[in-house]
Amino acid sequence: MSAVNTSPETLRRDEPALLPPVDVIEDATGITLYADMPGVPREKLNLRVDGDQLAIEGEMTLGVPEGLQASYAEVGRSAYRRTFTLSKELDAEKISAEMSQGVLRVRIPKAEHAQPRKISIQVQ
Amino acid sequence: MLYRSLFPRDLFAEFDRLQRELQGVVDNPPAIRGLGRGGYPALNVGTTPTGVEVYAFAPGLDPATIDVDLDRGVLTLSGERKATTPPSDEKSTLHINERFAGRFRRVVSLPDDVDPSAVTAAYRDGVLRVAIKRREATQPRRIAVQ
Repeated sequence: MSAVNTSPETLRRDEPALLPPVDVIEDATGITLYADMPGVPREKLNLRVDGDQLAIEGEMTLGVPEGLQASYAEVGRSAYRRTFTLSKELDAEKISAEMSQGVLRVRIPKAEHAQPRKISIQVQ
Repeated sequence: MLYRSLFPRDLFAEFDRLQRELQGVVDNPPAIRGLGRGGYPALNVGTTPTGVEVYAFAPGLDPATIDVDLDRGVLTLSGERKATTPPSDEKSTLHINERFAGRFRRVVSLPDDVDPSAVTAAYRDGVLRVAIKRREATQPRRIAVQ
């Protein structure tokens, strides 16, 4: 089965990888991104911000028994990679992420100046 | 939804996706029962001399809600995946919506020699692994020559 992590080395850029499906939801204070990356444990997940690019990478560890022969495979790769371009009003410094049951959740808050503010009117 | 496909957000990501899809087609010819690709959960099936292993790539499920049935050599995985609903706030916008939501059901026909009483299922990191043992009698044996 090729969807098996055999080498601990980090994922190379040119290596073909799976494109994880995502949901992106924006609200008043930021953007929440959900990505399906089944088989990726927390320690094999890698999030990078390079300039305005957010890169999500992960490698599967399935713990496949010895001598397993693939008879049918829909998942033919063992790594995920996807890159997004962040817009200016997002605060890349404050990105937080959590991983649960193969679903990655990334929260990217908007910068202070881009958040909606309510201006109170003073009555004289 | 139409505007999204007409004006893709990231052209390079679309090219990437196309390239990978083509690659996938070359690597694995489609199954006879139609499009297995893109289904939820994606399945990989492997065999060892002592058993059959089914990997279902089913992220974001509560393990208690997954139904795994084995009936006369046919393994059925079913359940439901809840949609990621944005909080009931009028100001939130769903920009990209690619992840599967809803009820799912996938069926795998297993080899004849599996033992229906020796099945284990484990869910870890969003992957459901079902291991089915083959019957002892059909496992390869080395016969000593006297």
